Parts: sequence; structure tokens; C-alpha cells
Amino acid sequence: MAVDPPAPSAAGAPQPAPEPVAFDITVKVRRFDPDVSDQHYWQDFTVSVFATDRILDALHKIKWEQDGSLTFRRSCGHGICGSDAMRINGKNRLACKTLVKDLNTKKPITVEAIKGLTVKKDLVVDMEPFMAAYRKIKPFLITHSPEPTRERLQDAEDRARFDDTTKCILCAACTTSCPVFWTDEQYFGPAAIVNAHRFIFDSRDEGGPERLQILNQAEGAWRCRTTFNCTDACPRGIQVTEAIQQVKRAMMFGIDDAT
Amino acid sequence: MASVGTLYRGDISMWSWVAQRITGVAVLFFLYVHVLDTALVRVSPAAYDDVIASYKTPLVNFMEVGLVGAVLFHALNGLRVIAVDFWGKGTRYQKQMLWTIVAVWVLIMVPATYFMTLHTIQALFGSTP
Repeated sequence: MAVDPPAPSAAGAPQPAPEPVAFDITVKVRRFDPDVSDQHYWQDFTVSVFATDRILDALHKIKWEQDGSLTFRRSCGHGICGSDAMRINGKNRLACKTLVKDLNTKKPITVEAIKGLTVKKDLVVDMEPFMAAYRKIKPFLITHSPEPTRERLQDAEDRARFDDTTKCILCAACTTSCPVFWTDEQYFGPAAIVNAHRFIFDSRDEGGPERLQILNQAEGAWRCRTTFNCTDACPRGIQVTEAIQQVKRAMMFGIDDAT
Repeated sequence: MASVGTLYRGDISMWSWVAQRITGVAVLFFLYVHVLDTALVRVSPAAYDDVIASYKTPLVNFMEVGLVGAVLFHALNGLRVIAVDFWGKGTRYQKQMLWTIVAVWVLIMVPATYFMTLHTIQALFGSTP
């Protein structure tokens, strides 16, 4: 098939790409420093950004150029490590995946810590209760049958059953978007159930009944009220509520009849 | 200065869950009152008649409309929640189902409000020819 040569532009010569224009935005950060006061307070920062900058870039500029005491977590800065989940304009998002151009810059952009976990300083929360729930669902391969002499094979169809829940980066955006978790920190939360789903529906794993028994407890999957905040908040696009519902149905009808 | 966090801007079904809770509690409180006033008929039929007569006011009439609205929303959204729980594709279509039940709610509530409040409106603002 022949490829058409690029059409000459109307002006004759190719136009250079326009220079990106920096502009000022106001970032309103909910701050907290237990060494100074036990009260939270809002602080406004004005930063110069490009439309393609991320909120993480704006936070860096604040920390590096205006106020070094601003405290937040970030590691990879590219949506994989799950360190910088925070509440941006009232919704849980990763600061490194939220672009300035996708937000209304006419109004201040609010940034605050994720909800339901204890704030240690500014945007940093105590992740331990979240990780404890994750450990409880045994997020590792469990087998009882004799070990095979070669790798454990799995066909594409069986792999597809839990593909969605392998994407979790444990950023806690889902768990801290859940109204049930806000009022009950004992609830396992969406992230733990998603990671249980990843093994329960894995044909190579034999710990499914064990995990279902753990999630069948009072603080387990039945706490879910399907508000779908978790699905909306997940920066990896995991259908979190769907995974939780499949776990509930696995408890009622068995793993094979859950989907 | 002390501050509170912003309101969490959750998914639309967070608000349907909030509405489900509020309508559920409202209907429960109505049932308490309803059981009490109906039980009165066993105690004293005259007292029962007095209580029922006291309900014939515009305020109670508008509360009745609210009750129908609350029961209808709770019932329709309850069907949606059952679908989300037991239908494999329920979570994928939850938003469409929500807009459907809201549309059905409006379609029923508009004529229901008209016929339920017809007498009150006539009594308050004079009868139409």
C-alpha cells in the first residue's frame, strides 16, 4: 500500500510548535505538623506550572523553592510505586498521574492526605493498618499438593480470570476512598480484598478456601456496600467493586460459580 | 486555624448509598408512628379517629408525598443493589441502572404528587372551576 507524502501546510512552510506557556496556579494544601500543633490548617501556595505538569511537579516546586517543610511521599513518580496517593480536589488520585490541564485552574487546587488513616505529617499517613489488612489475606501462593517437577502451567483463559487484580500497586487510594473504611478501620478494605481475589481466582493456588474463610468474617468482604468509590479512585483502572462482588459470590456459590 | 477536610467527591453511587440509608431510616420512623397509631384502634376507636383526623392537614399531606418518594426510591434502588450483588455484569452497568431508576422515580412521582396534593392545593388556594 502506497503511503501519501505529508500534505504541504497552508502557509507553505511547516509551522514551529508553539512555545509552552507557564502560568500561575494556587495549590491549597491541608497541613499538619504534630511537633508544632495538633491542629490541621490550610495553606495556599502560588506556583508557576505548565499545563502538562503533574500535581507532583507543583508539590516539588513548593517543597524545593518555597517551603522545605512540606512533607509528602513519592518514589518513582511514574504511577508504579504507589507512594503518592493523596486527595486532590476531593478525590483520591496519584499526584504523579494527575495533570494540571485536567483540573480547573481558575479555582485553588486542594491537596490533602488520604482519609481514614492517621496523618503523621502533612500528606503522609500511617500505612500500617492498611498493610496489616493486606498481610492477613495471605498474599502469596499457597499449595498443598506435591510440588511439580516443572513450572506450574496455566492456560490463557484461567490467567484472564484474575488479570485485573494483578495490577494493584498498594497505593491505598481505593481503601481510603471507602466510606465504610473511614468509620471502621478494622474493615479489610478494597485493596486487601482485591489482592485476595488475585490468588483466590488463580487456578495454580490452593489457598482459596482459607482466604474466603478470612474474608467471611464480620470485618471482611460483607462490609462492602458497593458505593463504587474504590473503582472510581483506582489509578490502575482496576474494577475494584467487581472483584469484591466476585469474592462475595465465591463465598456463597463457590469459586467456580462466582463470575 | 483549625480546619476540616473537604467533602469526599465520591462516585455517584456513593450518593445513592447515602440516599438509600436516609430513605431507609425515614421509612423506619414512619413505621414506628404507623404501628402506634394503628394500635390505638384496639385501645380506643374514638382516640384513633381523633389522631387520624389530625393528619388531615397540608403539612401531613406533603409528608405523605415524601413518604411515597422515600419508599419508591428505596425499593427501586434496592432492586439495583440486588442486581449489583447477584448479576455478573451488575457492577459494569450500575450507573445505567441508577439513571434508569431515577427516571422511573420521576415518571411515577410527578403524577403521584399531582393526584396526592390535588385536594390540599384546592383547599389552600381555592377550588378551580
